[in-house]
Amino acid sequence: MSIFSTRFLAASALALMAAAPLHAKTFVYCSEGSPEGFDPAPYTSGTTFDASGHAIYNRLVQFKPGSTEIEPALAESWDVSEDGLTYTFHLRKGVKFHSNDKFTPSRDFNADDVIFTFNRQAKADDPWHAYIAGVTYEYYSSMEMDKLIKSIEKVDDNTVKFTLNSPEAPFLANVAMPFVSVVSKEYADTLQAAGTMEDLNNAPIGTGPFKFVAYQKDAVIRYQKNADYWGEAPKIDDLVFAITPDASVRLQKLKAGECHLMPYPAPADLADIKADTNLKLDEQAGLNVGYLAYNTTVAPFDKPEVRKALNMAMDKKALIDAVYQGNAEVAKNPIPPTMWSYSAATEDEKYDPEAAKKMLEDAGVKDLSMEVWAMPVQRPYMPNARRAAEIIQSDFAKVGVKVEIVSYEWGEYLKKSMEAGRKGAVILGWTGDNGDPDNFLSVLLSCAAAKEGGANRAFWCNEEFSALLAKAKASSNHEERVKLYEEAQAIFKDQAPWATLAHSTQYVPMAKNVTGFVQSPLGDYTFETVDLAE
Amino acid sequence: MLRFILSKLLYLIPTMLGITLVAFSFIRLLPGDPVLLMAGERGVSPERYAEISAQLGYDKPLWQQYFTYLGDLMHGDLGHSIVTKKPVLAEFLALFPATVELAIVAIIIATVIGVPVGVIAAIKRGSWFDQISMTGALIGFSMPIFWWGLLLIIFFSGILQWTPVSGRISLMYFFPQVTGFMLIDSLISGQKGAFGSALSHLILPSIVLATIPLAVIARQTRSAMLEVMGEDYVRTAKAKGLSLGRVIGVHALRNAMIPVITTIGLQIGVLMAGAILTETIFSWPGIGKWMIDSISRRDYPVVQSGLLLIAGIVMIVNLLVDLTYGLINPRIRHK
Repeated sequence: MSIFSTRFLAASALALMAAAPLHAKTFVYCSEGSPEGFDPAPYTSGTTFDASGHAIYNRLVQFKPGSTEIEPALAESWDVSEDGLTYTFHLRKGVKFHSNDKFTPSRDFNADDVIFTFNRQAKADDPWHAYIAGVTYEYYSSMEMDKLIKSIEKVDDNTVKFTLNSPEAPFLANVAMPFVSVVSKEYADTLQAAGTMEDLNNAPIGTGPFKFVAYQKDAVIRYQKNADYWGEAPKIDDLVFAITPDASVRLQKLKAGECHLMPYPAPADLADIKADTNLKLDEQAGLNVGYLAYNTTVAPFDKPEVRKALNMAMDKKALIDAVYQGNAEVAKNPIPPTMWSYSAATEDEKYDPEAAKKMLEDAGVKDLSMEVWAMPVQRPYMPNARRAAEIIQSDFAKVGVKVEIVSYEWGEYLKKSMEAGRKGAVILGWTGDNGDPDNFLSVLLSCAAAKEGGANRAFWCNEEFSALLAKAKASSNHEERVKLYEEAQAIFKDQAPWATLAHSTQYVPMAKNVTGFVQSPLGDYTFETVDLAE
Repeated sequence: MLRFILSKLLYLIPTMLGITLVAFSFIRLLPGDPVLLMAGERGVSPERYAEISAQLGYDKPLWQQYFTYLGDLMHGDLGHSIVTKKPVLAEFLALFPATVELAIVAIIIATVIGVPVGVIAAIKRGSWFDQISMTGALIGFSMPIFWWGLLLIIFFSGILQWTPVSGRISLMYFFPQVTGFMLIDSLISGQKGAFGSALSHLILPSIVLATIPLAVIARQTRSAMLEVMGEDYVRTAKAKGLSLGRVIGVHALRNAMIPVITTIGLQIGVLMAGAILTETIFSWPGIGKWMIDSISRRDYPVVQSGLLLIAGIVMIVNLLVDLTYGLINPRIRHK
């Protein structure tokens, strides 16, 4: 009995809190996992970026809420030289860093902080390069910032000049990514003097909309609104991340009013969420693609007509219904429709098993048996690869192609699928990092990526296609880039190195009284614009 | 007695050494590579792969890595997580109290309910109580924990709204962690309602975690009691006209408890295993979830040192259980 009465007490206390906030507006986000740390530079997971980069920090430039367009942030404006090799950023004045019980900034944000942010990742001799055991800067190297940036100079306190080794149009988008969130040089110096360098990762100081308050591993992260924020101040006073790894439990918490918003609902729960009158569901096409990559270097998949015939044998609509429970759209291009330069003109291979069968016969393919690889993990771009492989298996059987489904442990899967001469076709996908088409096309389909350490799992090397990408990358003319990428997509479709399967939809369930949440096409969860209606 | 304890402690050393070897090899035998998993879909160039491997020391032969690990252990260094880059011991100490708190409450529930149920079932052998409770125990023993946990959440938190869904305490309470035990810290904090909130958050996860041990303890108690009830001395006690309460309480139960205590002791290992799933469902920040996350990321240092710490603690608890035999059974005490 006493148990229940205490429970009722707690429940009524909670209800009181929700009904009439006594002191502060607290927004609770049921996050899907624990951040690896709070230094945004060394980590690569979206979960960590939501907890560190997006909440606590800012970048020189940022993505406009709800889009992949670039807008000013810590840099108020920037100039790009004619040759595309120098970027001069004019920094915002009067931006204050947060303070905590051990640090109070004595100066505003300036060029030194920007240079520190980049140099500690770039320079092996920087004392901050290896400030905690085993730290590496994976995003910095995988976005090839090390090869791209020749030098960074401080022109004056509020001007920084970046010189690149080659012109690179996606550079600005890279600089908007969380791994180059601007860190306080003064704070770093203070920590270094105190011999507590690891606090850069434990007790972060940024310029962002929320100040870090406390983190209990695997349980709760607490933030407070940054009253001195240079941008529009957050509407909520306190932000809490309640770490809840299981999707069904997240939903139960949302329904019970223990949190206001959750990411990644289980596809099976969507109908239930839509039916719940206390919740609302925000949906947006995700910036992703799920695909089946043939090995274009191995017969008979080296023939485009064979690949196209197989694509025609595939009933993608049925696949989307079964695998994504309808929450996706059929992909015809390698980039998603929300991305600029998406070619609307592309025509997808039509589902036609009879014609496919004939095409295979014409190509001299008989009694073909092949492997289809099903990834062992769930991703938003591919919630159930095993099921997808089974559908492909039965579709291909109808055109006389025998499919054996194989799978490996995830690390092995990634490695083996990039081994030269790989047998069979691989199910995989991609979610965009920075909203630039180059981040899909070059990473997944260029000649340079068609080798060990790359991610071109079709091993498809089309010189013309790669040349178009290189040209587009070096051009700073947006119109020209759009055209080049459209041309590239036409070549892709003509050559069909993949069967493009689906672009999945992102769903964000939230309580009815949540307002102002803006979904990011990049899958980021940011809360400076959210509010709770009374 | 002291010699008994010392000799038991001496046995721990080779066992622990064996565990370091098992834990070290187990995680490396699993297919998968931490560097590749970190790189994900993007992949990592061979040069960069070599660089990171060298930095982590994974380019060296396995035996050399093992001895480096042992050497570090001797210096009290349990290594750093390759995912969070934090010291393994610090992470363990931050998470361990949550697991202990949950496990203690679970084992109390399992014992306090399991032993009486087993005793009554034995005394009333064949009765409806016996049949229902033992069928219940069989179901409990075979319960898929994950499904069971979710079912309880949906029913008690979702439909009835009696208990909170997950977590350790309502988010409206915020106080420093002193002991790491939420029940104690909430009392120390002096915040009104904090203790009640912590307690209400413990109910469902501890019931879920207690389910299997409860079933095992009830069944074990019943069969131990049945065996003892058939002994001559119990018949004698009955014959000399002692009350049923005295016969059971003084003569039968005390002797039946020896195998039961062994069983309870062995449940510590079961609790650790059950904690993995229970903690995941209830977002309980303990070491079970920590281990499972680390295994899936192939976080070698966390897995090898974490397993070592857990094994060490399980062994010490079992040693303590061995010692309690002496309290119950004078024959062991005087040996």
